[in-house]
Amino acid sequence: MSWHEKSLTELSSALSAKEISSVELTQFFLGRIAKFKGLNAYLDVQEEFSLRDALVADQKIARGEAGPLTGIPVAHKDVFVTKDWKSTAASKMLESYLSPYDARVVELLGGSGAGMVCLGKTNMDEFAMGSSNENSAYGPALNPWNTNYVSGGSSGGSAVAVAAGLTPIATGTDTGGSIRQPAAFCGITGIKPTYGSVSRYGMIAYASSLDQAGPMGKSAKDCALILNAISGHDPRDSTSLRKDAIDYQALLGKPWSNGSLPLQGLRIGVPEEYFAQGLQEEVREAVQAALKKFEELGATCISVSLPKTKLSIPVYYVLAPAEASSNLSRYDGVRYGYRAKEYKDLNQMYERSRSEGFGAEVKRRILIGSYVLSQGYYDAYYLQAQKIRRIIAEDFQTAFTQCDVLMGPVAPQVAWKVGEKSKDPVEMYLEDIYTLSPNLAGLPAMSIPCGMSQQGLPIGLQVIGNYFSEAKMLQVADQFQQNSSWHLLAPSSAGAQI
Amino acid sequence: MNIEEINHLAKLSGLELDPHQTKQVSMELENILSLVAELQSVDTTGVEPLFHPIAVIEPLSQALRMDIVSEDNNRINNMLSAPISHEGLYLVPKVIE
Amino acid sequence: MTRSNWEVVIGLETHAQLKTNSKIFSGASIAFGAEPNVQACPVDLALPGTLPVLNQEAVNHAIRFGLAIGSKIAPISVFARKNYFYPDLPKGYQISQFELPVVVGGRIAIEVDGVKKEIQLTRAHLEEDAGKSLHDDFVGLHGEKSSGIDLNRAGTPLLEIVTDPVMRSAAEAVAYAKELHSLVMWIGICDGNMQEGSFRCDANVSVRPIGQQEFGTRCEIKNLNSFKFLEEAIQYEVQRQIELIEDGGVVKQETRLYDPDRQETRSMRSKEDAQDYRYFPDPDLLPLHITQDMIATIQASMPALPSILRNTWQTEYGLSDYDASLLTQSKSTADYFVELLTLIKEDLVKPAVNLMSGDLASALNRDGIEAAQSPLRPSHLAQILLRIQDGTISNKIAKDIFATLWERGTSGALADQGVVDALIEEKGLKQISDVGAIEKIIDQVLLDNPKSVEEYRSGKEKAFNSLVGQIMKASKGKANPSQVNQVLKEKLSN
Repeated sequence: MSWHEKSLTELSSALSAKEISSVELTQFFLGRIAKFKGLNAYLDVQEEFSLRDALVADQKIARGEAGPLTGIPVAHKDVFVTKDWKSTAASKMLESYLSPYDARVVELLGGSGAGMVCLGKTNMDEFAMGSSNENSAYGPALNPWNTNYVSGGSSGGSAVAVAAGLTPIATGTDTGGSIRQPAAFCGITGIKPTYGSVSRYGMIAYASSLDQAGPMGKSAKDCALILNAISGHDPRDSTSLRKDAIDYQALLGKPWSNGSLPLQGLRIGVPEEYFAQGLQEEVREAVQAALKKFEELGATCISVSLPKTKLSIPVYYVLAPAEASSNLSRYDGVRYGYRAKEYKDLNQMYERSRSEGFGAEVKRRILIGSYVLSQGYYDAYYLQAQKIRRIIAEDFQTAFTQCDVLMGPVAPQVAWKVGEKSKDPVEMYLEDIYTLSPNLAGLPAMSIPCGMSQQGLPIGLQVIGNYFSEAKMLQVADQFQQNSSWHLLAPSSAGAQI
Repeated sequence: MNIEEINHLAKLSGLELDPHQTKQVSMELENILSLVAELQSVDTTGVEPLFHPIAVIEPLSQALRMDIVSEDNNRINNMLSAPISHEGLYLVPKVIE
Repeated sequence: MTRSNWEVVIGLETHAQLKTNSKIFSGASIAFGAEPNVQACPVDLALPGTLPVLNQEAVNHAIRFGLAIGSKIAPISVFARKNYFYPDLPKGYQISQFELPVVVGGRIAIEVDGVKKEIQLTRAHLEEDAGKSLHDDFVGLHGEKSSGIDLNRAGTPLLEIVTDPVMRSAAEAVAYAKELHSLVMWIGICDGNMQEGSFRCDANVSVRPIGQQEFGTRCEIKNLNSFKFLEEAIQYEVQRQIELIEDGGVVKQETRLYDPDRQETRSMRSKEDAQDYRYFPDPDLLPLHITQDMIATIQASMPALPSILRNTWQTEYGLSDYDASLLTQSKSTADYFVELLTLIKEDLVKPAVNLMSGDLASALNRDGIEAAQSPLRPSHLAQILLRIQDGTISNKIAKDIFATLWERGTSGALADQGVVDALIEEKGLKQISDVGAIEKIIDQVLLDNPKSVEEYRSGKEKAFNSLVGQIMKASKGKANPSQVNQVLKEKLSN
């Protein structure tokens, strides 16, 4: 097995057994990154900084001070600010921006925290706005299963990097599905935790009440390890929950109950609205096969209803742009970022810098955001959306009285061809239908590989849990992965040139 | 949306729209607004807005920070990415009040 | 100068910078006068990824204010974003409070020309200050004239205090502003330094024909940082509006600035005209919960308010309105008086008041210091008062002692006890009250001044004073004046 096929635990063992050093491991991945540059997974790679950090990790390992993640490489979505790598959020607006501080997530995983080695910053949709990574100012990230197809977004680069073995694990962020959907499209595992579990300090903000960071990797086990390292209260983020730390690995490998089958007693709620018209047949089949698998493992599937599923689209596309329009007002070319070359006065400097620095989708969402917040429209749009948001959250609570987790598809279809949906923004918004609601409600949700389309493109299964139930979700996902091999498939095994 | 409204919206948003783009942008915005018009169909009488998602299960209150100076002078690093500065000041085209 | 058929309607919005160590949403210092941008941390600069966290002391100050004006303190208040673009506003929005402010209602009592009035407050809320634009002619990237932006001030905590439109003259507005200014300093939430911008008033001014119910269109005059300018600006604006309307024009709702050199208000270049601020609750901040316990804790540590002190002192000690006001004109003076009261008996209160409003007030004024910085502490004044009371020194000598000790105290701290007695001893300032001794001095003076005696006896009252003068001179000021008077009268009537 090659190094890029090993799990985090296997890598950790290898490092402590001195089978390989962190520097060698880092060099290995840097080599792959360079070799598969064409995938456009990374936006910034700084070999000297990576190797510098790997050296420090090796010293720690030598002193016997290593933790479970010390010396293991990680890739960070370019939405997290870093001192040693550029932070662009895939925008021209921040083309050469250097942050004076590291994001909390980066700190926790880096040298002063878990001791991981940053390989670089990964590609994404600009300012996290998009579902295909085609909105990047630096070109789309390409699906390693078939490079004519999109990687999904907005954490496309991270998904591609993990799937193509360009990093053992990566960080992503999810505002409306941006971890889950690219994970599904690229055949990897990703989890968005309960809102407030992971600090947003240093995460370039898109929609504050929806954004949440999470791991993207090859398995639920690997994701659990990372989630443990990055979660926890951060006093610099007022929305960071003040709760006792949760051990997300605690239930891995344990049976759900005392029954004979590993998931005996697990009640899986299957929202009927997630299987309505619009769901591609292949996806339906793969998801239903996965549900059957869960039943074989002892679980029971129950039909539940999330009546406002369709409505989650307009709710999201009012709230997220509204918050974004305000969060992006700071990009004005005054203190950092892109400043236009020509302008005649202050106003024009603002308008030109922003219009030239932002891509089309970002500008669209800013305009919509300003609209729904403006005088006369606030009540009908913004306030109304926030009210429906509560109804959506309450609907989930009702569903959870009948089941332990909810399961369904991640997206209505598999990855589409690059350029296929970029003409009509709304067409792409509709693809988010299954992933938006958990963000609106703040619920944890994850994606695990559960099938392949006929064309050889991955299909993902979504697992949605109640607040703070990530350990259970990971337990359930892990059981599935112990008893199936979808997550073990890699593009190379499917014949892709990786 | 007519030209005036789009231009006003652009101004509010700190954006400049190419006259060629205005029509395109207007259409796109119209489409999005049609999408979100559906919101009006929902009866939300008596429903409180949910500004913070976790508030649906527990009351949230803002943490208070102790009033101590915890930031040092880090001007040089903070201003690394400044497009233009002079003696520690950020420069912008002259502001007339 | 208003015409008799017009009514003036004024509401004041005041921004008071709160006295804290750090900013309202970040841990940077708010100290005045630092080099540009050395007190602007990543949060203040709105660097990507930064988030606000609320300063506890700013909240405490808001509670103090709410308690002091008898308002309702909201158990839950919400921070909202006020969105607009300006270079001194790094985030492109100001974090403020909109629908649910921390303080609601309240009132402040004023007095104008002997007429008392209560000014109702609408609300007070917490918000952050913006940075500063320096309009010197810097040169930009392409040679353009440029302004320099200093964000040290960005994020300084402010309390925005809004009155109902209940003031009816510039005088009332100024009286209110002065009371508010006094109050915020009194309760320790603001240093009131108007030159440094710690206390800024905006006046909303409109006029309407007397008897009309609806308000006229109002103009906002911004950033008046002295009471003088506040008064002048309002007066000018009222005149301007009246003339405009009487000439057939219409008052346009706008923001105006006061030009103190030209003494006129002029329209601001639309920074905020017709602005849609798109307020919405800030998703980065949670609702602020203020509990009864929090309020009780603050209440327990609050100083007695000036009006309460005045009432108490007038009732207990019979102080006049004037004296009571004088003693409560600053917390420093009031604290001083309170301390002095603990050192003297009730029969010395009136003399104490006189001493404070006389010699002490003049000296403080002359040296430009507060009572707290006076070289003479209440214990020293108490000693002086006691020695006057027991006849050891006369009032006049006391004045000299006061002046001498002041000088000495200015160059080096005085000991707490015994200084007055030591000085009396040192300079032999003891009053001569012995009748025999006085008689001797008087006899000598009468002998030496036969002319004055003659004049007095022939009806010239002035001669008496002249003789007294001579006696005091002969006794080096130490003769007990009332004794001298009495004995001299006796001797002259023989």
